[in-house]
Amino acid sequence: MEKSPSMTPIHTRIEPSKGWVSLNLRELWNYRELFYFFIWRDLKVRYRQTILGVAWAVLQPFMTMVIFSIFFGRLAQVDSDGLPYPIFSFAALVPWNFFSGALISGSNSLIGNANMLKKIYFPRMTMPISTALSGVVDFGIAFIVLVGMMVYYGYRPTGNVVWLPLLLLLALATALGVSLWLSALNVRFRDVRYTVPFIAQAWLFATPIAYSSSLLEEPWKTIYGLNPMVGVVEGFRWALLGTETMPGPMVIVSTLAALAILVSGAYYFRRMERDFADVV
Amino acid sequence: MRMTDIAIHAENLGKEYHIGSLQKTYKRFGDALADSVATPFRRAARLLRGRAGSAADLDEAIWALEGVSFDIRHGEAVGVIGRNGAGKSTLLKILSRITEPTTGFADIYGRVGALLEVGTGFHPELTGRENIFLNGAILGMRKREIQRKFDEIVAFAEIDRFIDTPVKHYSSGMYVRLAFSVAAHLEPEILLVDEVLAVGDVAFQRKCLGKMDDVARAGRTVLFVSHNMGLMQTFCERGILLEHGRVACDGPIKDVVDVYLSSIEQRGVQDLATRTDRRGLGDVRLVGVEVKALNGAPAVLKTGEPVQFTFQVDRRVPGLDMNFSIFDQIGQAIVQFKSKDRAPQDVSGGVGDRTFVCEIDPLLLLPGRYRVDVGIIGDNRMQDYIEAATYIEVAEGFVDGRLEGQKNKFNLTIPHRWIRPESE
Repeated sequence: MEKSPSMTPIHTRIEPSKGWVSLNLRELWNYRELFYFFIWRDLKVRYRQTILGVAWAVLQPFMTMVIFSIFFGRLAQVDSDGLPYPIFSFAALVPWNFFSGALISGSNSLIGNANMLKKIYFPRMTMPISTALSGVVDFGIAFIVLVGMMVYYGYRPTGNVVWLPLLLLLALATALGVSLWLSALNVRFRDVRYTVPFIAQAWLFATPIAYSSSLLEEPWKTIYGLNPMVGVVEGFRWALLGTETMPGPMVIVSTLAALAILVSGAYYFRRMERDFADVV
Repeated sequence: MRMTDIAIHAENLGKEYHIGSLQKTYKRFGDALADSVATPFRRAARLLRGRAGSAADLDEAIWALEGVSFDIRHGEAVGVIGRNGAGKSTLLKILSRITEPTTGFADIYGRVGALLEVGTGFHPELTGRENIFLNGAILGMRKREIQRKFDEIVAFAEIDRFIDTPVKHYSSGMYVRLAFSVAAHLEPEILLVDEVLAVGDVAFQRKCLGKMDDVARAGRTVLFVSHNMGLMQTFCERGILLEHGRVACDGPIKDVVDVYLSSIEQRGVQDLATRTDRRGLGDVRLVGVEVKALNGAPAVLKTGEPVQFTFQVDRRVPGLDMNFSIFDQIGQAIVQFKSKDRAPQDVSGGVGDRTFVCEIDPLLLLPGRYRVDVGIIGDNRMQDYIEAATYIEVAEGFVDGRLEGQKNKFNLTIPHRWIRPESE
């Protein structure tokens, strides 16, 4: 809220809201500094309490990559579009880990801060959004390792890397959309807490991380893009490693799907948030 | 009244809670499904059995707040008074937008700062410095604003040496001081405060009060909820009394406090049975308290005169004992009486098996209003503890021939004798 001249104080009307309500993005903008502080808190706490600190951001996707390389790459001989299997899977695991981390912590963000919900007013949406955003730092660290692997395997990024930020945004939008749905549901139904890890795991296998989407023929391949993470993962491989499949239509389908999840999630969240403080 | 004068305009505010959701705040999917299937049948069954008189009965809802309307002008300091469960906290939660009203609306003109519980949003792993920024931002302060007030906040909290220590290593006093200090420097146009002063040591409480007084004097609007009538009277000029979620009285603070206190005293005995804000095992409960003067009119207690406290419990249990404590208006403990500490003048079995009588002669409390907390003990364990089981009012009187009137801040007198220098 901006400082206003004392002659015309800010006017707020408090009344019961009925049905679907507006997203009130302006208020979120007014509280933009709160995002910064929530993210900053998450990062400080996360890296202060663990012995390995920043290393976790690297270890998790790296170890997964090693395991995938042994089991899927070597033993199962999964087709990796002609790329070395380790870099094939790691290029997908880096955005995937960002997504699943944002999804899991975002879904628990409200009940994890129940006391604050009950005692202080602030736009509730700042909570899942900032939690999802704080994963960007881990992503950045893991990405550096990915660049190191590209150097090791002798891959020069294609000019398509300019699309990477947009692909990351696509992953963020998806994670955020799902987090908004699940965090709001989580306040009312605590079962959600137990279903989140399962959802994340199922989603992992439904996304071409250990394998390639080139297993599918058109039009199924484009339809596969309805899972927004398919577009993200294949987009990353295409932009960084120059896989031949140009995932254009797939990414468009993924973007539309992600937007649908995000917008519906935001409206659902706004509808549910009115009695968060009473139920949580 | 011009519209620009108004800080808060509340009209017909109501808040309904469903009892089911109060008892079990969240549901499992399965329960929700089962409920939605079973509820219509259960309702029908209850209707058929004639249990439910009306449709409203079926809903099992309570109105924590109902038809509350008032206007508060800019610069007013208003005390919201009422017993536990009267709807005070619900009102503040609605005005601070934590929860939505079920009916009615409120127009708020100005930036609102709410102190409903100090320290909410503190993170134990972060240092004092970091928590100041985090908490400030949560309460709605800008980063620049926090930076500007940072030194002031630290100085006020008296924690400068520990500012870079994680707050999990703080003593509870330091923690509370820091939390209050951040909130007190919020400087909103409208400040909502709920009982935050019930924390910290007395010296710091006084400091907090001073700070809040500054806020009120600076022409800001303050809405203050507390059980401490003394504080209310020094701090607010106007009072709003809530009873069962409705505005029972709205006017000058002195009048409203009087109405409130006399309503408590009237209820006195029969009301104890219905009070739910008790602690203890509950095998035996306090059901009645009576305080009377033994000289003159029984209802007027005087300093220096004998007084009799009578307590009734609902049943006999082995090892039955009790104690009661007297507190002044700002909640400072003054004196405690324990039936367990025996002395030769005590008597057993004089007044039946469920009554304790304590005779005090003379009463050495100075004039004023005091709170009496009562604890019932059975088998060496706390069976029942009631805060503010009753209030007593003491009028001025003589102790050893000397008139003892009200003395600011002091509560007690002791019989004494002066030896003065020779007068000329």
